[in-house]
Amino acid sequence: MRSRFCRIFLLFTLCSGCLAFAQTTAVPADQLARLQAQVAQAQSAADNSWMLVSAALVLLMTGPGLALFYGGLVRRKNVLSTMMQSFAMMCIITVLWALVSYSLAFDSGTAFIGGLHHLFLRGVGLAPDPDYSATIPLQTFMIYQLMFAIITPALITGAFAERMKFSAMAVFLTLWSIFVYSPMAHMVWGKGGLLNASLGGRFPCLDFAGGTVVHVTSGVSALVCALYLGKRVGYPREAMPPHSVVLSFIGACLLWVGWFGFNAGSALGSGPLATSAFVNTHFATAAAAIFWAGAEWIHRGKPSALGAISGAVAGLVAITPAAGFVQPMSALVIGAAAGAFCYFMVVKVKSWFGYDDSLDAFGVHGAGGTLGAILTGVFASSAINPIFKDAKGNVLPSGVLEGNGHQLLNQLIGVVIAWTISIVGTLILLKLVDMTIGLRVTPEQEVEGLDITQHGEEGYEYAS
Amino acid sequence: MQKIEAIIQPSKLDAVKDALLEVGIEGMTILEARGHGRQKGHTEFYRGREYTVDLLPKVKLEMVVPDELADKAVQAILSSARTGKIGDGKIFLSKIDDAIRIRNDERGSAAL
Repeated sequence: MRSRFCRIFLLFTLCSGCLAFAQTTAVPADQLARLQAQVAQAQSAADNSWMLVSAALVLLMTGPGLALFYGGLVRRKNVLSTMMQSFAMMCIITVLWALVSYSLAFDSGTAFIGGLHHLFLRGVGLAPDPDYSATIPLQTFMIYQLMFAIITPALITGAFAERMKFSAMAVFLTLWSIFVYSPMAHMVWGKGGLLNASLGGRFPCLDFAGGTVVHVTSGVSALVCALYLGKRVGYPREAMPPHSVVLSFIGACLLWVGWFGFNAGSALGSGPLATSAFVNTHFATAAAAIFWAGAEWIHRGKPSALGAISGAVAGLVAITPAAGFVQPMSALVIGAAAGAFCYFMVVKVKSWFGYDDSLDAFGVHGAGGTLGAILTGVFASSAINPIFKDAKGNVLPSGVLEGNGHQLLNQLIGVVIAWTISIVGTLILLKLVDMTIGLRVTPEQEVEGLDITQHGEEGYEYAS
Repeated sequence: MQKIEAIIQPSKLDAVKDALLEVGIEGMTILEARGHGRQKGHTEFYRGREYTVDLLPKVKLEMVVPDELADKAVQAILSSARTGKIGDGKIFLSKIDDAIRIRNDERGSAAL
């Protein structure tokens, strides 16, 4: 009893001594500044490491993810040419981005397209740009955004698979990246862009990771390509089943993993918003796969592997604009809706209209992206991402369910602009390339296969 | 000498091989084959598109046997490959003029 009293007394004396010390000696200002700098540095290191990993994950989506996904869906004679189209984007868009496209997308410029101050990456250094993200080097932001610019035109290749000349594809998609992708990316994500929700856009459209910028533009442009180029020789009379659903399966699973970089990386940092986007991405994908395969099970009597992975991709597409704005339960709803809706678009609508969107770039990306962009306006939650604030800094409601009915209109404006620029831009560019170098291979080349006629090699050599 | 060509269900290959070894057949050639007879193919769906696959996977066995073994071999195949369902396959027999072993020029039954 006595010893306990002593201990308490000792503790009390010690504490009061410490308090007295703290009151009398203030931390020197330079030490405080050094501490603050170190904290900032630590946060920057954490954010930067996640963003570099995310950039690599998004590249993984194009190659090998999309290349395998699309490569498995075509016939054996076109497997290499299809994979090569995705790989070509990894190389061509990279160079283009460094020379001009980054500037056109992310320099301040006008409301519609960026300026030319960052041509040749001038001024894109290792210091952060506080407008885009205060904690990571601007070059990290630049390289991360580049990976989005790569996959977007690569997605379109699914629409003209098995019939477009390699040269025409390269020229068309280069022009498309400059005249369709860059303006759209600028409008939604660039400083002062017309649709930018956080940097002073006229119509703040919520698009977390590229529902409109990536999926609506690529999907709608894909539809235009399919209509302009016409059907493959023999379609739909001749059977054209996928030559390897196994390749597609591996590709789709890589897409799922890579998409964590795409969506959670779009938080541009490693904080809780990234977690939110990660969780939503995963939930929506699972729900969409179940709904697509389930629809097929009811409709055809069997749930197919191709159906399940197609549904997963549809879910990934639809959750993209919403990933950093909605609650997990909303993500499940968005995913389920996307799985059922895209199944309907691919299985029913395509055959009603009879266009040959060979690998369903429109049915999955165009339809899923449009649905996701609209549902983002419905389900956006200010508790997840307080993006709208009044002059005093009070958080305003985000989506329709929170009472911001106006947001649905802004989402629709974003969607309509994305559709318009995609249709008009793609039509003009296809016409241009068609008149100069021609778009399609000859029917004989198409029957022989693009691997041999465009690249002089074959995907599979059995007897050797 | 006779040549026996038997087209069978792939799932019956092991049973047929064992039955043939039992009656004293020492060599055979096995080919993976695709085809159909009266049995029609099946339907596949890919993203709602329907394809009829009418060439089904089969296994083809080829062997050349002395005349006195031919009947036993045919009986062995019949009893081991039969499921009783359509698609069980067929057996073809034909006369063989000669056989030559490449290693040492042996001819006729001795080469089998």
